[in-house]
Amino acid sequence: MNERELLDLLLADARRSTEDLARMLDADEAAVDDAIERLEEDGVVGGYQAVVDWGEVDEERVVALVELNVTLDRETSYADIAERLARFPEVQTLQLVSGDYDFDMRVEGDSMREVSRFISDKVAPVPEITQTVTHYVMDTYKDRGVNFGDGDDDDRLSVSP
Amino acid sequence: MSEQDRSGDVDGTGPGGQSEDGAFGISQRVQETPPSGIRRFFELAEEAEDVISLGVGEPDFSAPWAARDAAIHSLEQGQTAYTANRGKRELRAEIARHVDAEYDLQYDPDEEILVTTGVSEGIDVALRAVVDPGDTVAVPDPTYVSYAPGVTFAGGEICQIPTTEDEFRLTPEAMAEAGADEADVLLYCYPNNPTGAIMPREELAAVAEFCREHDLVVLADEIYADLTYGQEHVSIATLPGMRERTIVFNGFSKAYAMTGLRLGYAMGPPEVIEACNRIHQYTMLSAPTTPQHAAIEALRSCDDEVDEMVEEYDRRRRFVLSRFEELGMDCFEAKGAFYVFPEVPGGDAEAFAEELLTEAGVAAVPGDVFGDGGAGHLRVSYATGLEDLKEAMDRIEAYLES
Ligand SMILES: Cc1ncc(COP(=O)(O)O)c(C=O)c1O
Repeated sequence: MNERELLDLLLADARRSTEDLARMLDADEAAVDDAIERLEEDGVVGGYQAVVDWGEVDEERVVALVELNVTLDRETSYADIAERLARFPEVQTLQLVSGDYDFDMRVEGDSMREVSRFISDKVAPVPEITQTVTHYVMDTYKDRGVNFGDGDDDDRLSVSP
Repeated sequence: MSEQDRSGDVDGTGPGGQSEDGAFGISQRVQETPPSGIRRFFELAEEAEDVISLGVGEPDFSAPWAARDAAIHSLEQGQTAYTANRGKRELRAEIARHVDAEYDLQYDPDEEILVTTGVSEGIDVALRAVVDPGDTVAVPDPTYVSYAPGVTFAGGEICQIPTTEDEFRLTPEAMAEAGADEADVLLYCYPNNPTGAIMPREELAAVAEFCREHDLVVLADEIYADLTYGQEHVSIATLPGMRERTIVFNGFSKAYAMTGLRLGYAMGPPEVIEACNRIHQYTMLSAPTTPQHAAIEALRSCDDEVDEMVEEYDRRRRFVLSRFEELGMDCFEAKGAFYVFPEVPGGDAEAFAEELLTEAGVAAVPGDVFGDGGAGHLRVSYATGLEDLKEAMDRIEAYLES
């Protein structure tokens, strides 16, 4: 079985049944199960999550994108700082990036207050962090490949040559 | 009444609402041509409620955004004039590059490529350019619905070559038996609509030899060439001695999901492309301009999107084939286009398709619509999202069990 293709299928929709995956891959179900287990064990697949449009939920949910600048010294590496930050459950995504700042961090919380508190109380005081710039997300149009708009209606004729 | 109002009639009532037995004597050729069986099925499907359609002969994707964006940009720039008769030079150059890279076909953009209003127009002008009254055009049976009427409109006769016994491929034996050795033209589409069959190199070589030996020219509709699974498409024009006797048709409708933009192209030796262009320049002037801008961009930058669509079709194809096998409906392994062609239990495809529609809420086109050779089969299109395909197959299963 082509594991790359299995990954593509899971990336597109991780909730497909093993039975359906097997049909699409032209493989047996047992082989698909094994392959998925291997991907999970090897850390290739780290988890499965829903892509939620919070704009459609009657509940406040605040997302902030935070730029972090850091200074390193002989004892401290990027990985050390990252490890410390990643422990916080508020931090959803943490990436080292090229450009004007060092880390790109996505933080989620139930209110602006909560997120602001988290950044001022937990993030900013970290000694290696020299600057934080926080951008609150105002609206989300597309997340992880999923368009949150109405989508394209199927305007095709129901039967055609 | 404006010009547009007057000519906007498609449903048989003449200008000003006159009925068919009004002032016009409808031409013999049109009277001889029955209305499309697809149309009847369409009307049935429109009447039914909660129908999942596996009867659609066009992609469920939209054209790649980069191509649409290029079209929009061209409109913003006010590029709304006719193009050269043969199509924009830039587009023809991209087509030449593309078919060389993909299919090992070499055509000169200035003399050997004509951009047409869909493959539909390409085939129409080609038939009119090469067929004289009384000439015979051989076509596989079953095949795409437009060929026989096109031949009739061009004044030719049809010779049908049965393919049902050969997994819907052409063979020299079946061609000889059908009398195609006496024909002047061979017109086909592989990958095939409605069956999904493809012609592997060896079988195609045998057909090519037959055409050389019996002096047939070939109109090769390769509109589904990009949509093959596990096997590369081979163009008959790449086989020895065939380039000079072949017109290859391809277009943007299927691979680039641009059906509504109406753009295709014909490629062949200079003299026949010139002949096609003679008709095209008087009757069409030029293919629509906006889609030509989309097409240039599609050829330049949308290979990845096409690959992704092809991968998605392939997954659905395997899914559908595996389900039909489970349901015990015999279905050969179609490796092209986006159709599979299972046999229906009981053998009466029309009755089966109608019941499937009314009892189970699944629309699929009975194979008879595509010629007698399609009898007993159902054309199932998998140009439909996987969720709907799953539901449709479950409905078919429940229907078979009832
Ligand atoms: C085999 C075949 N040829 C040609 C066409 C029409 O193509 P176009 O949209 O380029 O006119 C179709 C459309 O269904 C087709 O299936």
